[in-house]
Amino acid sequence: MYRIVRREEIAPSVTLFEVEAPRIAKRHRAGQFVMIRPLESSERIPLTVADTNPLRGTVTLVVQAIGKTTIELCDNLGVGDSLATIAGPLGNPTHLGLPGKPDDVLGTVVCVAGGIGAAPLLPIVRGLRARGHRVITILGARSANMLVLEAPLQASSSELLVCTDDGTRGHHGFVTRLLADLLSKTWADERPIDLVFAIGPPRMMQACSEATRPFEVPTMVSLNTVMVDGTGMCGGCRVTIGKETKYVCVDGPEFDGHQVQFDEMIRRQGMYVREESRSLELYREHIETGCRAVPQAAE
Amino acid sequence: MPTRAHEPRPRGHDDLRDRITHRNDFKAKERARLPKVEWAEQPAAIRIHNIREVPYAYTPDQARAEAIRCLQCKTEPCANACPVGVDVPVFLHLVAEGDFKGAIREIRKTNILPAITGRVCPQETQCQQNCAVAKVHKDLGFAVSVGKIEAFLADWEREQLGIELPAIAADTGKRIAVVGAGPSGLTCGADLRRLGHAVTIFEAFQKAGGVLVYGIPEFRLPKAIVEAEVDVLRRMGVTFEFDTVIGQTVTVDELFEEGFDAVYIATGAGLPYFMEIPGEQLNGVYSANEYLTRANLMGAYRFPETDTPVLRRDRIAVLGGGNVAMDSARTARRLGAKHVHVIYRRSHAEMPARHEEVKHAMEEGIQFHYLRAPTEILATQDGWARGVRVQVCELGEADARGRRKPIPVAGAFEEIAVEVVVEAIGNGPNPLIPKTTPGLEVTRHGTLVVDPKTMMTARRGVFAGGDIVAGASTVILAMGHGRQAAQAIHEYLQAA
Repeated sequence: MYRIVRREEIAPSVTLFEVEAPRIAKRHRAGQFVMIRPLESSERIPLTVADTNPLRGTVTLVVQAIGKTTIELCDNLGVGDSLATIAGPLGNPTHLGLPGKPDDVLGTVVCVAGGIGAAPLLPIVRGLRARGHRVITILGARSANMLVLEAPLQASSSELLVCTDDGTRGHHGFVTRLLADLLSKTWADERPIDLVFAIGPPRMMQACSEATRPFEVPTMVSLNTVMVDGTGMCGGCRVTIGKETKYVCVDGPEFDGHQVQFDEMIRRQGMYVREESRSLELYREHIETGCRAVPQAAE
Repeated sequence: MPTRAHEPRPRGHDDLRDRITHRNDFKAKERARLPKVEWAEQPAAIRIHNIREVPYAYTPDQARAEAIRCLQCKTEPCANACPVGVDVPVFLHLVAEGDFKGAIREIRKTNILPAITGRVCPQETQCQQNCAVAKVHKDLGFAVSVGKIEAFLADWEREQLGIELPAIAADTGKRIAVVGAGPSGLTCGADLRRLGHAVTIFEAFQKAGGVLVYGIPEFRLPKAIVEAEVDVLRRMGVTFEFDTVIGQTVTVDELFEEGFDAVYIATGAGLPYFMEIPGEQLNGVYSANEYLTRANLMGAYRFPETDTPVLRRDRIAVLGGGNVAMDSARTARRLGAKHVHVIYRRSHAEMPARHEEVKHAMEEGIQFHYLRAPTEILATQDGWARGVRVQVCELGEADARGRRKPIPVAGAFEEIAVEVVVEAIGNGPNPLIPKTTPGLEVTRHGTLVVDPKTMMTARRGVFAGGDIVAGASTVILAMGHGRQAAQAIHEYLQAA
């Protein structure tokens, strides 16, 4: 089945899993995601893919333990264990050309990663570079120890800028500050930025989209909403893009950041806050009372 | 003494025994007047607190006594109305004689999922609609309970003997990929395997059954029954590959490259339609697909024991009047909703839901609002649904299909206060395969075009059936397509 062959803590409560899934490894393209279910009783959750190894038949997932499902995954599953489900690759691959231009036109692309947004961004950075674009990557996190995938991003970008909210490493401040600096600088130098990718927490993607809007630089964001199947069947992931309703799973996950109704999306993300905290509370109680926190399979 | 309808007698065990003893003595007229054998059901007040099946099964004597009512018409109007052609009078005769094993064998010749079709087929518009007994009574309610007897037989076989595997022909060396483990794919896969072909069924979800497991609720179709019937395919040597989204994980073209000789596409009608009225992006608004998938497939009715939540609130509105609307409303009741409102734009008479489902829903205290067309979902300040605004309608002229159209009554609006809204206005075909498979012909509704005889698409060797061809239809029609396609694929492979 979907055996875990490597597991590594890459930051506090951020774990990297390399999982055997040969068909997905062969087929995955930058920008696509997978649906996983760690255990038989687990919820189906969408996860981004940081890397693939078609020869080994593996995909690499980066998981931040924040809710019951991700915490349970990080607490319980190690090398040799298997995921109950991994399905994909889902969604559309990233368009690696410049918007509205033929594929062979090259330019400067700024890729902005907030927190574990670095994971889905890495294949995009690699893809853009492979095409020959100049890629400036901005990697940001709350603090130095929360920066992930810095080395591979450094290796695959033309230039890497690092920042932390608390100034413990790199520039002191948010990614938007560095992005704004780049936009104004190139504006003056007339070396335009052709395209921006911003992937991270919703508020960070919203802020990046607002930063680029006055400069009219096309900005793509990758959305991660609640979904059940990931194949267009439930409609739970619907978002408003401009005035149209789109499904993140089959129409996305990447959209024009200037068109995304972020406030609505963030509000919809909070639909199960009550249920999620109840679920997590119970899980923690189980751990404290020493019960093995693996419920029976769902029927 | 034969039981005579004009001699009112209490219905009970002795009465049934009596009928069984004298089963060969009835004249046709007497037989047609034998009382229908009613079955017991979980009382509504109790069943809304559990998810167990609503009707109880027939006992063996009840099944026999009911089968005795069949007039054994030579013209077999019932069998002719069956999408998979089950020979109804033959199996009913065997039941009447007490030969349950023979009867279930007869059904299984053409129907591999009898425990399922016995429960979810719309018999009242198929076999039972043409029943001569009903015609004598001039009341469809008096038709022989074909579905109920079928479910009894399938349950009896599973529980008493274990499901018997069909004979499987010698290996042909041909390989067929079936896309989608719903009723159509399962039927096609089983038939092809029976003919000696190697069959792999690919399924996007973690479990086989398609709409039988994600859509139809436990209280209408227990999932253990679906599992048992799926297990028959496994024992026949059919291979399942779960978590595999054809079109995304592997394309149809790659299936041929991998050595499959033919492909059957049965990906169903999984794309939910929304009404496109204001307020659909509010928190608390679901498609019926999502609501039911959370509750059924993901087991949200057991949350937090399982991890997938579904909103449990006191007041909920279900928009639509079909079977999916009834399933959603009745699920909501079992999830603890105190007030469940079904909002439908036509009247009771036009409701597409099965009569039995509507009756069950009414017994369970679900409130029906007829001639009310939703125009807007109303919002609280923090972006949650707080109600549905509806336009009051009246019935106008009949449309092309003979259903009377709802006409808005100028200026007449109402508000129904709810916290959760489930839209059950229909589903369309899933676009993943058409989008990723070159050479298929697609209608403007998104369904696949096939040769109606062979079910072959515009591409050689690629067949399709079920809802991806018919649009949202029934389980049994999807099974009928599966059978037809299996036969055509078999012939195609023989010729190849």
